[in-house]
Amino acid sequence: MLGKLSWSAIPTHEPIDMIASGLMILSIGGILIGITVKGHWPYLWREWLTSVDHKRIGVMYCLLAMVMLLRGFTDAIMMRAQQAFAAGGAQGYLPPEHYDQVFSAHGTIMIFFVAMPFIVGLMNFAVPLQLGVRDVAFPTLNSVSLWLAASGALLVNISLVIGNFARTGWFAYPPLSELRFSPDVGVDYYLWALQISGVGTLLGGVNLVTTILKLRAPGMSYMRMPMFCWTALASNLLIIAAFPVLTAAFAMLLLDRYLGFHFFTVGHGGNMMMYVDLFWVWGHPEVYILILPPFGVFSEVVATFSGKPLFGYRSMVAATLAICILSFMVWLHHFFTMGAGADVNSVFGIISMIIAVPTGVKIFNWLFTMYRGRLRLTVPTLWTIGFMITFAIGGATGVLLAIPPIDFIVHDTVFLVAHFHNVIIAGVLFGAFAGYNYWFPKAFGFTLDEGWGKASFWCWLIGFYLAFMPLYWLGLEGMPRRMQHYQDLGWQPWLQVAAVGALVILCGIACIIIQLVVSIRTRDRRRDTTGDPWNGRTLEWATPSPPPMWNFPSLPQVEGEDAFWHMKQLAREGEGQPAQPAAYGPIEMPKNSPTGFITAFFAVVTGFALIWHIWWMVGLGLAGAFATTLVFAWRDVAEMEIPAEQVASFYEAHPAGLLR
Amino acid sequence: MDITPHDRAPGDETTPEARRDETLAGLQAYLIGLGLSLILTATSFWAATTSALWAPGVAIGLVVLAIAQMGVHLVFFLHITTGPDNVNNVLALAFGVMIVGLVVIGSLWIMVHLNANMMPSATG
Amino acid sequence: MTTALTISHGGHGVPPGPSMDGPAPKRIVVSYGFWIFLLSDIVMFSAIFATYSVLVQATAGGPGGAQLFHLSTVAVETACLLLSTFTCGLMSLAVNIGHRAATYLGGAITFLLGAAFLTLEIREFAAMIAEGATPERSAFLSGFFTLVGCHGLHVTIGLIWLTVMMAQVATKGFTAFVHRRLLCFSLFWHALDIIWVALFSIVYLMGAR
Repeated sequence: MLGKLSWSAIPTHEPIDMIASGLMILSIGGILIGITVKGHWPYLWREWLTSVDHKRIGVMYCLLAMVMLLRGFTDAIMMRAQQAFAAGGAQGYLPPEHYDQVFSAHGTIMIFFVAMPFIVGLMNFAVPLQLGVRDVAFPTLNSVSLWLAASGALLVNISLVIGNFARTGWFAYPPLSELRFSPDVGVDYYLWALQISGVGTLLGGVNLVTTILKLRAPGMSYMRMPMFCWTALASNLLIIAAFPVLTAAFAMLLLDRYLGFHFFTVGHGGNMMMYVDLFWVWGHPEVYILILPPFGVFSEVVATFSGKPLFGYRSMVAATLAICILSFMVWLHHFFTMGAGADVNSVFGIISMIIAVPTGVKIFNWLFTMYRGRLRLTVPTLWTIGFMITFAIGGATGVLLAIPPIDFIVHDTVFLVAHFHNVIIAGVLFGAFAGYNYWFPKAFGFTLDEGWGKASFWCWLIGFYLAFMPLYWLGLEGMPRRMQHYQDLGWQPWLQVAAVGALVILCGIACIIIQLVVSIRTRDRRRDTTGDPWNGRTLEWATPSPPPMWNFPSLPQVEGEDAFWHMKQLAREGEGQPAQPAAYGPIEMPKNSPTGFITAFFAVVTGFALIWHIWWMVGLGLAGAFATTLVFAWRDVAEMEIPAEQVASFYEAHPAGLLR
Repeated sequence: MDITPHDRAPGDETTPEARRDETLAGLQAYLIGLGLSLILTATSFWAATTSALWAPGVAIGLVVLAIAQMGVHLVFFLHITTGPDNVNNVLALAFGVMIVGLVVIGSLWIMVHLNANMMPSATG
Repeated sequence: MTTALTISHGGHGVPPGPSMDGPAPKRIVVSYGFWIFLLSDIVMFSAIFATYSVLVQATAGGPGGAQLFHLSTVAVETACLLLSTFTCGLMSLAVNIGHRAATYLGGAITFLLGAAFLTLEIREFAAMIAEGATPERSAFLSGFFTLVGCHGLHVTIGLIWLTVMMAQVATKGFTAFVHRRLLCFSLFWHALDIIWVALFSIVYLMGAR
């Protein structure tokens, strides 16, 4: 009846698990009860859960990322604490099978449920505004993507309470991840959570590529698009090209585990290296999926706060596209040591090094944008400068790792761990926080507190160096990654420094939360009444903050690069578009739809049932999802009309923004 | 609804307000496509089963025929042409073809190496 | 969305081009999005294809393609699918001129040919399994069943989709929604045939030698 599920699936014998589960259930339960008591459900359902507004979906993506950041960081600090103590004969406080789950969950969560939703959220929020249009190409599909990502995150969190998570590392290499060596549900949680959220990511990629290529304001030619839109285009093209490969690799591993196929097994002709190959065919583009949109954020931030157009816009576009293509030609450098010959290794090694060239172009372009600009040291600028310095180090160690002989020495050591945290924290996460601080006033209509923002930046920056520079050294000393305990007492001081670094990062996270709380409480005196708090250059700053659901009363006519800057100049000279149109017309907008939320509900049901082999429930979930699709397909009206009076009264109440 | 002159939907054989002669032209395209792909398919099956051909060349011939037939399908069934209104559709296709090529050729190249170096007993 | 837009032409000496016109009409947006989705689907097939190619020799002592494949069946399957892609094209012509009876006829023939293809494929699979050539037998057979089965799954989804679309034509007529979806369906169906070309050429014709 319930497949493999029984009471023993709840880890009552593991106190740490139980405390963590208890805290999670209490906090989620508390929030749900709070919402119920205050009667916020109708509002939430109407305005958020069923919303197809790209801005709200973007905000919810970012919220998901920040909540999951807390979960992923908890794992991180547990590992740092374990390694700070478990030296010599000591075993620390985490037994191996728990430690293995912790590092697997940490990697999976940070990549798929923190970094991905954060950048997807920023793209969702900003791209249509920057393009000067009212929504993405497929608004309801956008909501489906969001809720599928949330479903995956939910499944990973369920594994904390019911059953266990994978112990295979975040890439789940076979044969360890095959049924024979991982017979419990951990790998199944991993696979189904990522399959479900992967479908969401793919659909989101299709959505944004179509939006950028087919929906732009009149006059917005490709070479007038803001840099962030270009990086979003490249990133989403990579999503479309790379995620299907991951889906295929996971599907084959699932067939091995569920139906006894022999793709990656030991024996019967299975070839585990094929999984490794396919995983990194996805995995390398994935890191560029993550890093390109932050490059776009930094471009916007640097141009805005230097008060200058982006230096070398065309070279920036070329560099972005070059990275987009090259990123698909380097995947072997993730497994140099697994037996390819010298010619294969050298080809992939050389192409890997070449990627540093367009990336270097970008760094110089940002520097030259700042050069002789009037740089304002705001919080987004700080994140950007911190990124440029730190990322250069990460890039340099990346070039080192791209040299096969060096990779043979340091592969699978904490040197590698230090390298990819160096690029992902200092690149993706710093970019996400820069974007968060930059666009927050646009999303909510008030700025974030500068003081706490700066404090969070310095904590993250210092914490990062404390936590990861020792790992570079330890890697050169030969310390393997993923050690539950180790014998060499000489490593311990370095790992204790790293643990202190993690604590400093914890302070950084605390500062971000405090910044948010303080800003909300003092929002009345930090209102953005102009719609343009930073003296911006792109179209999102031409609307009031927060923008109305329809973004623009009529689509702007774009006359050049930095469209909004141009408009402001014309307005200052007293020409250009009239500040006040004669009359507002009605606006057609997509209707809200519960399709995404309901689909995701059935996705969770199906995923959970598949993990626990509850076949009737699988049927139920699939039937429910199909029925939801049918109901959605049978709708006759997808749009609603916002009457002209409502549009007019909005702009009466919000006397800001150039495009009104 | 405006139909912009610079752009068209992938797969569109005519404008939505098709006239009779456009329908006839569309029918003609489908018939040509069907004829060509029937010929190509028949040639493939014949080449694979006959013993009249030099055996090592047949594999290459089959690949060429398959690619030719895919091209026929793209042009006559999916209406992907080189016209200026089709640029975006062709670019997307080119990107997809490039990725497919990289994935398949790259993987095979890597796996041949790994098999040669790591699995001396061949089929394992 | 944003339908009430006039086409504006660049301005300031820039020649008007496709990238300056403002948002594309919904029909183009929808089918372009679906076109991109199809390309991603083809990338997925290519990953399975690569795996199959790597594993094709790994028969682990079990039967290989030469013992298992019957090219006569494959020829009939190919003919079914090719004709169905042709009738699908005829159906979309009928849709474009809004001819309901011809649409139903085209849809019905397409469905029957697709169903015939699927039946033949299932019988082929069943016969192989009955001989002991199951996907659990060897890595080669795992790859074969997954690659061909994945295409078969797509055909199945296509048949369900076609049925739903015929029901929509019947209940709703040729609305803009239905028009766009039928365009996407025909893209899907033609793409499946392109994948089948790769399958019969490389899996069957080369494998049977």
